[in-house]
Amino acid sequence: MKIGIPRSLLYYYYYPLWRVFFEELGAEVVLSSHSAKGILAEGLKNAVDEVCLPVKMFYGHVLDLAGKADMIFLPRIVSVEKREYICPKILGLPDMIRCLKNLPPLIEVDINLYKNNKDFYCAIKNIGNIFTKNHLDIWRACLKALQVQKKYFKLMEMGLMPSEALALIEGRVEDKFLPDGEKFNIVLLGHPYNIYDPYISMDIIYRLRAMGAVVATAEHVSEKIVRSCAARLPKRLFWTLGNRMIGAALHYLEQPGISGMIHVAAFGCGPDSMTGGIIERYAHGSGLPFLNLTLDEHTGEAGVMTRLEAFLDMVRWRKAAFGS
Amino acid sequence: MRVTFPHMGNLFIPVKAMLQYLGVDVVVPPPSSKRTLTIGAKYGPEFACLPLKLNLGNFIEASEKGADTIIMAGGCGPCRFGYYAQIEHAILKELGYDMKLIGLEPPQKHLTELLAKIKALSGTSSWWHIFQAIRFGYRKAKAVDEVEMAAFRSRPRELTPGSTEKAYAKSLEMLDRADSEIALAEAKRNADELMSAVAVDSKKAVVKVGLIGEIYTLLDPFSNQYLERTLGRLGTEVDRSIYLSEWVNDHIFMGLVKGLRSRKKACEAARPYLRHFVGGHGQESVGNAVNFARAGYDGIIQVFPFTCMPEIVAESILPEMRSDYGTPVMTMIMDEHTGEAGTLTRLEAFVDLLARKKEVKEVSCK
Ligand code: SF4
Ligand code: SF4
Repeated sequence: MKIGIPRSLLYYYYYPLWRVFFEELGAEVVLSSHSAKGILAEGLKNAVDEVCLPVKMFYGHVLDLAGKADMIFLPRIVSVEKREYICPKILGLPDMIRCLKNLPPLIEVDINLYKNNKDFYCAIKNIGNIFTKNHLDIWRACLKALQVQKKYFKLMEMGLMPSEALALIEGRVEDKFLPDGEKFNIVLLGHPYNIYDPYISMDIIYRLRAMGAVVATAEHVSEKIVRSCAARLPKRLFWTLGNRMIGAALHYLEQPGISGMIHVAAFGCGPDSMTGGIIERYAHGSGLPFLNLTLDEHTGEAGVMTRLEAFLDMVRWRKAAFGS
Repeated sequence: MRVTFPHMGNLFIPVKAMLQYLGVDVVVPPPSSKRTLTIGAKYGPEFACLPLKLNLGNFIEASEKGADTIIMAGGCGPCRFGYYAQIEHAILKELGYDMKLIGLEPPQKHLTELLAKIKALSGTSSWWHIFQAIRFGYRKAKAVDEVEMAAFRSRPRELTPGSTEKAYAKSLEMLDRADSEIALAEAKRNADELMSAVAVDSKKAVVKVGLIGEIYTLLDPFSNQYLERTLGRLGTEVDRSIYLSEWVNDHIFMGLVKGLRSRKKACEAARPYLRHFVGGHGQESVGNAVNFARAGYDGIIQVFPFTCMPEIVAESILPEMRSDYGTPVMTMIMDEHTGEAGTLTRLEAFVDLLARKKEVKEVSCK
C-alpha cells in the first residue's frame, strides 16, 4: 500500500518518524513533489483567500498526491507538548482538506499530547491497525521510528538544516556547509515549514549562505535551552512553535558572535503576529540588527533579495566597525 | 486605584455593575470610535487581529481619563486572545503608560484563585458580597440581552424609522444606571415597556438572517460597522449565535452559571463538518450555521476580524454545509481598512438575494 505524505507543514519536523513507522509496517511512502508554482496554484484555487501561504501550499501538496497514493496520511496534530498547541489552522486541517473532492482516503487520527502521552500511543496503535493486528509489530515499528526521529532532532541541534539531516539519515550524500569561523552568523527564525520550504522562503537559507552567512535556526537549539529561555516570558506561550522561536531568539541574543537576526512571518499568520513582535522587542532591546520578512503568494523575489542584501550589508558594516 | 477594561459592545454594562457593586473605582473607556481604532492600529502589531487593536485604543483612552489598572480576561490558546493582555501590556509599557494589569485567567487549577483576585481588587468585601456582585453583573447582562433581542424583532418591522434605535438606546441607559437589584428590576420593567411600545407592522414578511462568527466582532457594533442595525434597516430580522450573558458567563464567571444554551450543542451540530475544536468559536460557528439552516433561516452571515484563525477554518468548511442545506452564507471580514460604503453595498445585495429566494420559495409552495 502506498501512503502519501504531503511535503509541507509538519513534514519538516516529523517526516522521519512517519516514514520509518510506515515502512516498518510494510507500507510504501510517497511524498508529494517539491513545492513549486504549480503546487501553489492548486492550493490557491482550492483554499479560501484568507488562509496563510503555508496552508495554501499544503492544499496543493495534498492534491498532488491524488493518483500517486492509495491513502494520504493526514493526522490532526492538536498538541505535541503539554498544555500547548500548534495553531488553530493546523487543528482544523483535516476537516478543511476533507472538503476537497477526488482525494484518496485520508488516514485521520488525532495526535494530542495536551494532557499526557497516553493518547499518543493510542494514536500509534490506531494507525498501526490499518496495516496489522499484531501489536508487537506496531510497537517495534514505533520504537524504531522514534529512534530515527531522535537522531534527526539531534542532527539539527548540531547545526544541520532539515534537508541535510534527512540526507544523512537516509544515507544520501549531499554537499554540506560546514560552519566557518571567518564568516558571520545570522539567526533565521520562522515556522519550519516556511523557512525550510525553499519555494515559500525563496531559498533564503541557500541565499544567505551564498552571501557569506552561517545560518543558525531555532531547530539548532536544544529543547532544554529553548524551554528555559522561553520561561522568561511573563506568561507561558501556548504555541509550541512560537515557544521554540522565542526561546531560541532569547538564547541567541546572549551568544557572542551573532551578527543579525531575521524573522520570517507568513502574511496573516496569527501566532507570528504576536511572537514576531515579542522577538523584535527583545532584539531591539539588545541592539542586534533585526529584519522582519513577511511572505505571501504575492511577495516578489526581487524585493526580498534587495532587503536581504541591504540587511547583510548593514550587518557586515557593523561587524567591520565594531568587531564581533 | 482606578480600574478600566476593554469595550466589547454592551459588555461595559454588566462589568461596570459588578465592579461598582464591589466598591471598585471604575473608569469606562470612551465608546470605541475612529480615534480608538486609529490609536490601536498605530501602536498594535500590524497583523494583530482587530480586537487587540481596539483594546489597546480603549486602554490608552481610558488612561487619559485617569485609569491606572486594567482588568482583562485571559485564556490558554490556541487562539491569540489568551495572549492579548500580555502583548497589550508590553506595548503600553513601551509607550510610557504605567498601568497595572490584572489578568483573569481561566482557572486551570482553582476557581478560588479568580475569586481571590476579585477580592483583592475590591479590598474589603466578603465572599458573600462578591457572590452578590457577580450575580448582579450577570443579571444585568441577561437584561441587556433581552432588550437586544426585542430590538432585533422590532427593527425590521418598525413603522417609524429609527424608533427602535431610540428605545433601545434609552433602555440600555436605564439598565446601566440601575445600581441595585431592586433598581435593576424596575429598570428592566421600564425597558420592556419601552421596547414593546415601538410601533411595528407585525404582519410584515421579513427575511431572517443568522449571525455567526468571531465573538468580538459579533458583539461589538463598532467593530462590525453596526451590522445588526443596518440589517434591521434593510428589513431583516437577525439572531446571533452568542449573546453577552453567555460570554460573560464563560469568560468572566468561568462558567459559574450552568445550563445555558451550551457550546456543546453547537459543537455537536458541527460534527459532520468540523470534528474538533479549533480555538475561539470556530467550531460553534460551523455548528450554529447548521442550526440556523435547520431552523429555516433565509441566510447566514459570518463575521470575523481579518486574519482570525478559528474563523478562517470555519470559513473553509462552511461551503460544505452550504451545499448540504442550500442556505446562502456571506462572509464579512473586518479590519481598520474596511470601508463602510462597501459593506453596505454587499449587505444590500445579499439581503436582496435572500428576499428574492424567499419569494420564489413561497410562490412554489403555493
Ligand atoms: S502558525 Fe501561522 S503560518 Fe502556521 S498554519 Fe498557523 S497561521 Fe499559518
Ligand atoms: S478568535 Fe480570532 S480575532 Fe479573536 S483572538 Fe482569536 S484570532 Fe484573534
